[in-house]
Amino acid sequence: MKYVQEFRDPQKAQGLLHEIKGLGEQLTQDHPGPIKIMEVCGGHTHSIFKYGLESLLPSSIELVHGPGCPVCIMPKGRLDDAIAIAQQPHVILTTFGDVMRVPGSQQSLLQAKAEGADIRMVYSPLDALKLARENPDREVAFFAIGFETTAPSTALTVLQAQREGITNFSLFCNHVLVVPALEALLSNPDLQLDGFIGPGHVSMVIGARPYQVIAERYGKPVAIAGFEPLDILQSLWMVLRQLAEGRCEVENQYTRLVNHDGNAVALDALAKVFTVREQFEWRGLGDIPASGFKMHPNYSQFDAEAKFTLPHQRVADHKACACGEILQGVKKPWECKVFGTACTPEHPIGACMVSSEGACAAYYKYGAAQAPQPSEALAKSR
Amino acid sequence: MCLGIPGQILDISDREQQLAIVDIGGVRRPVNIACIVDDDHPLQDCIGEWVLVHVGFAMNRIDPDEAQQTLDLLEEMAAVHATIASTDANLAATARP
Repeated sequence: MKYVQEFRDPQKAQGLLHEIKGLGEQLTQDHPGPIKIMEVCGGHTHSIFKYGLESLLPSSIELVHGPGCPVCIMPKGRLDDAIAIAQQPHVILTTFGDVMRVPGSQQSLLQAKAEGADIRMVYSPLDALKLARENPDREVAFFAIGFETTAPSTALTVLQAQREGITNFSLFCNHVLVVPALEALLSNPDLQLDGFIGPGHVSMVIGARPYQVIAERYGKPVAIAGFEPLDILQSLWMVLRQLAEGRCEVENQYTRLVNHDGNAVALDALAKVFTVREQFEWRGLGDIPASGFKMHPNYSQFDAEAKFTLPHQRVADHKACACGEILQGVKKPWECKVFGTACTPEHPIGACMVSSEGACAAYYKYGAAQAPQPSEALAKSR
Repeated sequence: MCLGIPGQILDISDREQQLAIVDIGGVRRPVNIACIVDDDHPLQDCIGEWVLVHVGFAMNRIDPDEAQQTLDLLEEMAAVHATIASTDANLAATARP
């Protein structure tokens, strides 16, 4: 597959790994402990485990898995709100498949569906709009989650609904923003990080520019990365090279898709349809200022939060669950008391175990006992 | 959630709704291409282009020159590594009594 296979070539990985090893040794000469680089995006976490990249790295480098999985950070109260929408008469609630098994305070969307609520999985928000078009006597709500990668698609769908004069379609908006979340993490004194691998597809929308605050105010180098194994290794090398040379900048590994200013059409749609919330609650992380979108007042007729009465309850996380610390990168999944015992992908307690992009699910699925040999993992991907 | 798949635009299927037929790994799907259309890139010019498809939308064009430059750099690094490795091996062989 073009633009995929050529970025999985094990031969090309050798040069990068050699450089990474050399830089790791150089950087840890006068450094207590390994160099810690956070990959922000859940998609990167998934790729790192799928291709066994972590086991290819020298012990001088530690990858820390960040909060960039929108399924993982959705608080229980918002799931309860989505279920409350679905339980109202004449409503069809639509959402992406990976949200279906996330536990709310009482049940998941899948359990609510089993009990009779009309909840349907869609591949695209446009499919939800199609359902609204085909069911004029029903209310169709789309439970929208995702970072800035996904938000433009829902914004464009709302604009399409407006153009068509569709009135039985609404958005339960739970879109979240990457940079405010990173700033919240960097304000935590317990978090010791040396740099970031930036999320490639969020950056395809927002551009490289918004990360300058991370480099300038917080003094952490950033390399925006694609999702194939060579992309991730190259961006890691770029961050290490910055550290070795005493530079602190935003670099872009994913130049085939990311530019400095982002995608103008997508950003324009976001600015029209959404406005930034004063704060948004993140599961495990609490309230983060200016970290989520809500519907712009001009589009309130498409706002599920205005259309339906919702409980808006805040629900505490399960006491034993360490999702919060895992999402902040201060704990590894195996340090959670319930990891792999009470909490498994079949019966998740915390959201990090639900989504395939969650750190716990990745450790569980590709855990040390079952991990393929690094060279095999890369070879198999060809 | 943020994963996307490269695909190639084969045809424009609905000009009004800016929908195109995109070949994604051998599967043809209707994809909204509003995000990659502007005055400099009209709808018809998109045919043949490679795009990154995410939840039914083409979010950006894939720049073939930039992709090649990345691969060239990685190739160069691999070649340098291979040369160093073979020099090291030769030196080790020479040093052996």
